[in-house]
Amino acid sequence: MHPLFQETWSPYVVGVGIGMLVWLSLMLSDKAIGCSTAFVRTSGMSERLLRGKRVHEKPYYREFTPHIDWEWMLVLGVIVGGFASALLSGSLAVETVPRLWQAAFGSSVALRMAVALTGGICIGFGARLAGGCTSGHGISGALQLAAGSWIALCCFFIGGILTALVVIEWLGGA
Amino acid sequence: MLSRLHDRRRLQLLIGFGIGVLFGFLLQRGGATSYNVVVGQLLLRDFTVAKIILSAIATGMVGVYLLRHVGMVRLHPKACHLRRIGLGGLLFGVGFALLGYCPGTAAGAFGAGSLHALVGMLGILLGAGMFASMYPAVVRWLPGEGHGKVTIPELLDVNPWMVVVPVVAAIVAGLMLLETL
Repeated sequence: MHPLFQETWSPYVVGVGIGMLVWLSLMLSDKAIGCSTAFVRTSGMSERLLRGKRVHEKPYYREFTPHIDWEWMLVLGVIVGGFASALLSGSLAVETVPRLWQAAFGSSVALRMAVALTGGICIGFGARLAGGCTSGHGISGALQLAAGSWIALCCFFIGGILTALVVIEWLGGA
Repeated sequence: MLSRLHDRRRLQLLIGFGIGVLFGFLLQRGGATSYNVVVGQLLLRDFTVAKIILSAIATGMVGVYLLRHVGMVRLHPKACHLRRIGLGGLLFGVGFALLGYCPGTAAGAFGAGSLHALVGMLGILLGAGMFASMYPAVVRWLPGEGHGKVTIPELLDVNPWMVVVPVVAAIVAGLMLLETL
Protein backbone atom coordinates (compact mmCIF):
# COMPACT_ATOMS: atom_id res chain seq x y z
CA MET A 1 0.00 0.00 0.00
CA HIS A 2 1.26 3.51 -0.76
CA PRO A 3 2.45 5.18 2.49
CA LEU A 4 0.04 8.06 1.88
CA PHE A 5 -2.85 5.70 2.62
CA GLN A 6 -1.31 3.76 5.51
CA GLU A 7 -3.12 4.18 8.80
CA THR A 8 -0.02 5.00 10.85
CA TRP A 9 3.59 5.89 10.23
CA SER A 10 6.53 5.02 12.42
CA PRO A 11 6.86 7.54 15.28
CA TYR A 12 10.47 8.07 14.18
CA VAL A 13 9.44 9.06 10.64
CA VAL A 14 6.92 11.47 12.17
CA GLY A 15 9.40 12.85 14.73
CA VAL A 16 12.14 13.41 12.15
CA GLY A 17 9.55 15.08 9.89
CA ILE A 18 8.46 17.43 12.69
CA GLY A 19 12.10 18.27 13.48
CA MET A 20 12.60 19.19 9.81
CA LEU A 21 9.46 21.35 9.89
CA VAL A 22 11.09 23.42 12.64
CA TRP A 23 14.12 23.97 10.36
CA LEU A 24 11.76 25.13 7.64
CA SER A 25 9.73 27.45 9.84
CA LEU A 26 12.87 29.11 11.27
CA MET A 27 14.39 29.47 7.79
CA LEU A 28 11.34 30.55 5.82
CA SER A 29 9.51 32.54 8.50
CA ASP A 30 12.02 33.26 11.29
CA LYS A 31 9.47 31.64 13.65
CA ALA A 32 9.51 28.63 15.94
CA ILE A 33 6.46 26.36 15.77
CA GLY A 34 4.07 26.91 18.68
CA CYS A 35 0.32 26.56 19.12
CA SER A 36 -0.87 28.25 22.30
CA THR A 37 -0.64 31.97 21.42
CA ALA A 38 -3.19 31.39 18.63
CA PHE A 39 -5.68 30.56 21.39
CA VAL A 40 -4.89 33.81 23.26
CA ARG A 41 -5.45 35.83 20.11
CA THR A 42 -8.70 34.01 19.34
CA SER A 43 -9.87 34.56 22.89
CA GLY A 44 -9.09 38.28 22.47
CA MET A 45 -10.94 38.38 19.16
CA SER A 46 -13.99 36.72 20.73
CA GLU A 47 -13.90 39.14 23.67
CA ARG A 48 -13.72 42.02 21.21
CA LEU A 49 -16.96 40.81 19.60
CA LEU A 50 -18.67 41.06 23.00
CA ARG A 51 -16.99 44.08 24.57
CA GLY A 52 -15.63 46.05 21.64
CA LYS A 53 -12.27 47.79 21.29
CA ARG A 54 -11.80 48.19 25.07
CA VAL A 55 -10.33 44.69 24.95
CA HIS A 56 -7.13 46.12 23.45
CA GLU A 57 -6.50 47.95 26.72
CA LYS A 58 -5.88 44.72 28.62
CA PRO A 59 -2.11 44.53 29.15
CA TYR A 60 -1.89 40.93 27.95
CA TYR A 61 -3.68 41.73 24.70
CA ARG A 62 -1.27 44.62 24.20
CA GLU A 63 1.50 42.03 24.15
CA PHE A 64 -0.49 39.52 22.09
CA THR A 65 -2.74 41.72 19.95
CA PRO A 66 -5.92 39.90 18.91
CA HIS A 67 -5.45 39.39 15.19
CA ILE A 68 -4.80 36.62 12.70
CA ASP A 69 -1.05 36.05 12.61
CA TRP A 70 1.40 33.39 11.43
CA GLU A 71 0.78 31.09 14.38
CA TRP A 72 -2.98 31.40 14.02
CA MET A 73 -2.70 30.24 10.42
CA LEU A 74 -0.44 27.41 11.61
CA VAL A 75 -3.13 26.11 13.99
CA LEU A 76 -5.75 26.41 11.26
CA GLY A 77 -3.39 24.38 9.06
CA VAL A 78 -3.05 21.73 11.78
CA ILE A 79 -6.83 21.21 11.74
CA VAL A 80 -6.78 20.86 7.94
CA GLY A 81 -3.72 18.57 8.05
CA GLY A 82 -5.33 16.32 10.68
CA PHE A 83 -8.45 16.13 8.53
CA ALA A 84 -6.49 15.37 5.34
CA SER A 85 -4.40 12.67 7.00
CA ALA A 86 -7.42 10.95 8.55
CA LEU A 87 -9.34 11.17 5.28
CA LEU A 88 -6.53 9.63 3.20
CA SER A 89 -5.90 6.81 5.69
CA GLY A 90 -9.60 6.08 6.11
CA SER A 91 -9.55 6.81 9.84
CA LEU A 92 -11.81 9.87 9.75
CA ALA A 93 -14.43 9.19 12.43
CA VAL A 94 -16.54 11.18 14.87
CA GLU A 95 -15.33 10.50 18.42
CA THR A 96 -17.12 11.71 21.53
CA VAL A 97 -16.00 9.25 24.21
CA PRO A 98 -12.64 7.56 23.52
CA ARG A 99 -12.07 3.86 24.31
CA LEU A 100 -9.70 4.30 27.26
CA TRP A 101 -11.95 6.89 28.93
CA GLN A 102 -14.97 4.64 28.39
CA ALA A 103 -13.19 1.73 30.09
CA ALA A 104 -12.63 3.96 33.14
CA PHE A 105 -15.79 6.06 33.40
CA GLY A 106 -18.40 4.61 31.04
CA SER A 107 -20.04 6.10 27.97
CA SER A 108 -21.58 9.31 29.40
CA VAL A 109 -21.01 12.03 26.80
CA ALA A 110 -21.79 14.81 29.29
CA LEU A 111 -19.15 13.61 31.78
CA ARG A 112 -16.49 13.27 29.06
CA MET A 113 -17.25 16.74 27.66
CA ALA A 114 -17.21 18.34 31.14
CA VAL A 115 -13.80 16.83 31.89
CA ALA A 116 -12.48 17.78 28.43
CA LEU A 117 -13.60 21.39 29.02
CA THR A 118 -11.98 21.47 32.47
CA GLY A 119 -8.79 20.00 31.05
CA GLY A 120 -8.81 22.60 28.29
CA ILE A 121 -9.11 25.44 30.81
CA CYS A 122 -6.10 24.11 32.78
CA ILE A 123 -4.13 23.81 29.52
CA GLY A 124 -5.02 27.32 28.33
CA PHE A 125 -4.13 28.96 31.65
CA GLY A 126 -1.09 26.76 32.27
CA ALA A 127 0.37 27.21 28.80
CA ARG A 128 0.14 31.00 29.01
CA LEU A 129 1.60 31.04 32.53
CA ALA A 130 4.47 28.79 31.40
CA GLY A 131 4.87 30.76 28.17
CA GLY A 132 4.27 27.87 25.77
CA CYS A 133 2.87 24.40 25.20
CA THR A 134 4.10 20.98 24.08
CA SER A 135 5.07 22.33 20.66
CA GLY A 136 6.41 25.78 21.64
CA HIS A 137 8.36 24.70 24.73
CA GLY A 138 8.42 20.92 24.36
CA ILE A 139 9.61 20.64 20.76
CA SER A 140 10.75 24.03 19.40
CA GLY A 141 12.12 25.34 22.69
CA ALA A 142 13.83 22.13 23.77
CA LEU A 143 15.54 21.65 20.39
CA GLN A 144 16.96 25.17 20.59
CA LEU A 145 18.29 24.13 24.01
CA ALA A 146 16.34 26.90 25.75
CA ALA A 147 16.90 26.32 29.48
CA GLY A 148 13.32 27.11 30.53
CA SER A 149 11.84 24.88 27.83
CA TRP A 150 13.50 21.74 29.22
CA ILE A 151 12.06 22.58 32.65
CA ALA A 152 8.65 23.15 31.05
CA LEU A 153 8.78 19.83 29.18
CA CYS A 154 9.58 17.99 32.44
CA CYS A 155 6.75 19.76 34.28
CA PHE A 156 4.22 18.98 31.51
CA PHE A 157 4.97 15.28 31.82
CA ILE A 158 5.27 15.19 35.63
CA GLY A 159 1.83 16.84 35.94
CA GLY A 160 0.41 14.71 33.14
CA ILE A 161 1.71 11.34 34.36
CA LEU A 162 0.60 11.94 37.97
CA THR A 163 -2.86 13.13 36.90
CA ALA A 164 -3.36 10.26 34.44
CA LEU A 165 -2.32 7.68 37.05
CA VAL A 166 -4.64 9.17 39.69
CA VAL A 167 -7.63 9.77 37.41
CA ILE A 168 -7.57 6.90 34.91
CA GLU A 169 -5.89 4.13 36.91
CA TRP A 170 -6.75 4.91 40.52
CA LEU A 171 -10.18 6.56 40.28
CA GLY A 172 -11.27 4.91 37.03
CA GLY A 173 -9.65 1.54 37.52
CA ALA A 174 -8.76 1.21 33.81
CA MET B 1 18.81 34.79 6.54
CA LEU B 2 15.97 35.10 4.07
CA SER B 3 15.01 38.52 5.44
CA ARG B 4 13.19 39.65 2.33
CA LEU B 5 10.96 36.59 2.47
CA HIS B 6 10.26 37.26 6.16
CA ASP B 7 8.92 40.72 5.32
CA ARG B 8 6.25 39.47 2.89
CA ARG B 9 3.30 39.42 5.27
CA ARG B 10 0.63 37.72 3.17
CA LEU B 11 3.02 35.10 1.87
CA GLN B 12 4.13 34.48 5.46
CA LEU B 13 0.55 33.71 6.51
CA LEU B 14 0.39 31.20 3.66
CA ILE B 15 3.69 29.61 4.73
CA GLY B 16 2.41 29.37 8.32
CA PHE B 17 -0.72 27.64 7.05
CA GLY B 18 1.32 25.24 4.88
CA ILE B 19 3.65 24.29 7.73
CA GLY B 20 0.56 23.79 9.90
CA VAL B 21 -0.99 21.40 7.35
CA LEU B 22 2.20 19.28 7.30
CA PHE B 23 2.44 19.43 11.11
CA GLY B 24 -1.20 18.33 11.55
CA PHE B 25 -0.76 15.58 8.96
CA LEU B 26 2.32 14.20 10.74
CA LEU B 27 0.71 14.41 14.20
CA GLN B 28 -2.38 12.53 13.00
CA ARG B 29 -0.39 9.91 11.08
CA GLY B 30 1.89 9.32 14.04
CA GLY B 31 -1.04 8.64 16.37
CA ALA B 32 -0.43 11.77 18.48
CA THR B 33 -3.98 13.01 17.81
CA SER B 34 -5.42 9.87 19.42
CA TYR B 35 -6.63 10.24 23.02
CA ASN B 36 -5.80 6.57 23.66
CA VAL B 37 -2.21 7.02 22.48
CA VAL B 38 -1.60 10.25 24.45
CA VAL B 39 -3.16 9.02 27.70
CA GLY B 40 -1.45 5.65 27.12
CA GLN B 41 1.83 7.58 27.14
CA LEU B 42 0.96 9.39 30.37
CA LEU B 43 0.09 6.00 31.93
CA LEU B 44 3.51 4.76 30.71
CA ARG B 45 1.90 1.98 28.66
CA ASP B 46 2.53 3.29 25.12
CA PHE B 47 5.70 5.27 24.29
CA THR B 48 4.66 6.58 20.86
CA VAL B 49 4.45 10.20 22.01
CA ALA B 50 7.89 10.10 23.68
CA LYS B 51 9.39 8.60 20.49
CA ILE B 52 7.88 11.38 18.36
CA ILE B 53 8.94 14.20 20.69
CA LEU B 54 12.48 12.92 21.28
CA SER B 55 13.22 12.19 17.61
CA ALA B 56 11.82 15.62 16.67
CA ILE B 57 14.06 17.29 19.29
CA ALA B 58 17.20 15.41 18.13
CA THR B 59 16.58 16.04 14.41
CA GLY B 60 15.57 19.64 14.94
CA MET B 61 18.52 20.41 17.23
CA VAL B 62 21.23 19.19 14.84
CA GLY B 63 19.67 20.96 11.85
CA VAL B 64 18.92 24.22 13.63
CA TYR B 65 22.41 24.53 15.11
CA LEU B 66 23.97 23.72 11.71
CA LEU B 67 21.72 26.30 10.01
CA ARG B 68 22.63 28.84 12.65
CA HIS B 69 26.32 28.09 12.07
CA VAL B 70 25.93 29.03 8.39
CA GLY B 71 23.81 32.08 9.27
CA MET B 72 20.49 30.83 7.87
CA VAL B 73 18.50 30.99 11.10
CA ARG B 74 18.58 32.72 14.45
CA LEU B 75 17.33 31.20 17.70
CA HIS B 76 14.15 32.24 19.52
CA PRO B 77 14.46 30.83 23.03
CA LYS B 78 11.62 31.64 25.41
CA ALA B 79 12.16 33.49 28.69
CA CYS B 80 13.22 31.30 31.60
CA HIS B 81 10.87 32.47 34.39
CA LEU B 82 11.34 29.49 36.69
CA ARG B 83 8.31 29.86 38.97
CA ARG B 84 5.88 30.66 36.16
CA ILE B 85 7.20 27.74 34.10
CA GLY B 86 7.07 25.37 37.07
CA LEU B 87 3.52 26.24 38.13
CA GLY B 88 2.19 26.73 34.60
CA GLY B 89 3.87 23.55 33.40
CA LEU B 90 2.35 21.41 36.17
CA LEU B 91 -1.11 22.91 35.61
CA PHE B 92 -0.70 22.29 31.88
CA GLY B 93 0.18 18.67 32.67
CA VAL B 94 -3.02 18.23 34.72
CA GLY B 95 -5.04 19.55 31.78
CA PHE B 96 -3.04 17.47 29.32
CA ALA B 97 -4.09 14.28 31.16
CA LEU B 98 -7.74 15.35 31.59
CA LEU B 99 -8.21 16.38 27.96
CA GLY B 100 -5.83 13.84 26.43
CA TYR B 101 -4.51 16.42 23.98
CA CYS B 102 -2.32 19.50 23.99
CA PRO B 103 -3.27 22.64 22.00
CA GLY B 104 -1.68 21.40 18.75
CA THR B 105 -2.86 17.80 18.91
CA ALA B 106 -6.36 18.94 19.94
CA ALA B 107 -6.54 20.94 16.70
CA GLY B 108 -5.35 17.93 14.67
CA ALA B 109 -7.72 15.59 16.50
CA PHE B 110 -10.66 17.91 15.85
CA GLY B 111 -9.74 17.84 12.15
CA ALA B 112 -9.80 14.04 12.30
CA GLY B 113 -13.29 14.05 13.85
CA SER B 114 -12.83 14.21 17.62
CA LEU B 115 -15.62 16.26 19.18
CA HIS B 116 -14.27 16.21 22.73
CA ALA B 117 -11.09 17.72 21.27
CA LEU B 118 -13.24 20.61 19.99
CA VAL B 119 -14.73 21.06 23.48
CA GLY B 120 -11.19 20.97 24.81
CA MET B 121 -10.19 23.72 22.36
CA LEU B 122 -13.05 25.87 23.72
CA GLY B 123 -11.68 25.21 27.21
CA ILE B 124 -8.21 26.31 26.08
CA LEU B 125 -9.74 29.55 24.76
CA LEU B 126 -11.46 30.11 28.11
CA GLY B 127 -8.30 29.35 30.06
CA ALA B 128 -6.20 31.65 27.89
CA GLY B 129 -8.84 34.39 28.31
CA MET B 130 -8.80 33.94 32.09
CA PHE B 131 -5.01 34.26 32.04
CA ALA B 132 -5.28 37.46 30.00
CA SER B 133 -7.67 38.90 32.61
CA MET B 134 -5.47 37.86 35.52
CA TYR B 135 -2.18 38.83 33.87
CA PRO B 136 -1.56 42.01 35.93
CA ALA B 137 -2.04 39.98 39.16
CA VAL B 138 0.22 37.20 37.85
CA VAL B 139 2.99 39.72 37.14
CA ARG B 140 2.63 41.07 40.67
CA TRP B 141 2.72 37.65 42.38
CA LEU B 142 5.21 35.95 40.11
CA PRO B 143 7.51 38.64 38.74
CA GLY B 144 9.83 37.59 35.93
CA GLU B 145 13.04 36.11 37.30
CA GLY B 146 15.82 33.78 36.23
CA HIS B 147 18.13 34.38 33.35
CA GLY B 148 15.77 35.69 30.67
CA LYS B 149 15.84 34.18 27.20
CA VAL B 150 18.81 31.94 27.80
CA THR B 151 19.97 28.66 26.25
CA ILE B 152 21.81 25.90 28.09
CA PRO B 153 25.13 26.47 26.21
CA GLU B 154 24.94 30.19 27.12
CA LEU B 155 24.22 29.32 30.74
CA LEU B 156 27.22 26.96 30.84
CA ASP B 157 29.28 29.37 28.74
CA VAL B 158 30.42 26.64 26.34
CA ASN B 159 30.40 26.08 22.57
CA PRO B 160 26.86 24.93 21.66
CA TRP B 161 28.14 21.69 20.10
CA MET B 162 29.48 20.70 23.53
CA VAL B 163 25.81 20.42 24.54
CA VAL B 164 24.19 19.39 21.23
CA VAL B 165 26.37 16.31 20.71
CA PRO B 166 25.88 14.73 24.17
CA VAL B 167 22.14 15.57 24.26
CA VAL B 168 21.55 14.01 20.83
CA ALA B 169 23.67 10.98 21.79
CA ALA B 170 21.64 10.59 25.01
CA ILE B 171 18.36 10.82 23.07
CA VAL B 172 19.47 8.21 20.52
CA ALA B 173 20.67 5.89 23.30
CA GLY B 174 17.42 6.42 25.23
CA LEU B 175 15.32 5.60 22.17
CA MET B 176 17.35 2.45 21.44
CA LEU B 177 16.84 1.39 25.05
CA LEU B 178 13.11 2.09 24.73
CA GLU B 179 12.97 -0.21 21.69
CA THR B 180 14.35 -3.12 23.70
CA LEU B 181 11.52 -2.90 26.26
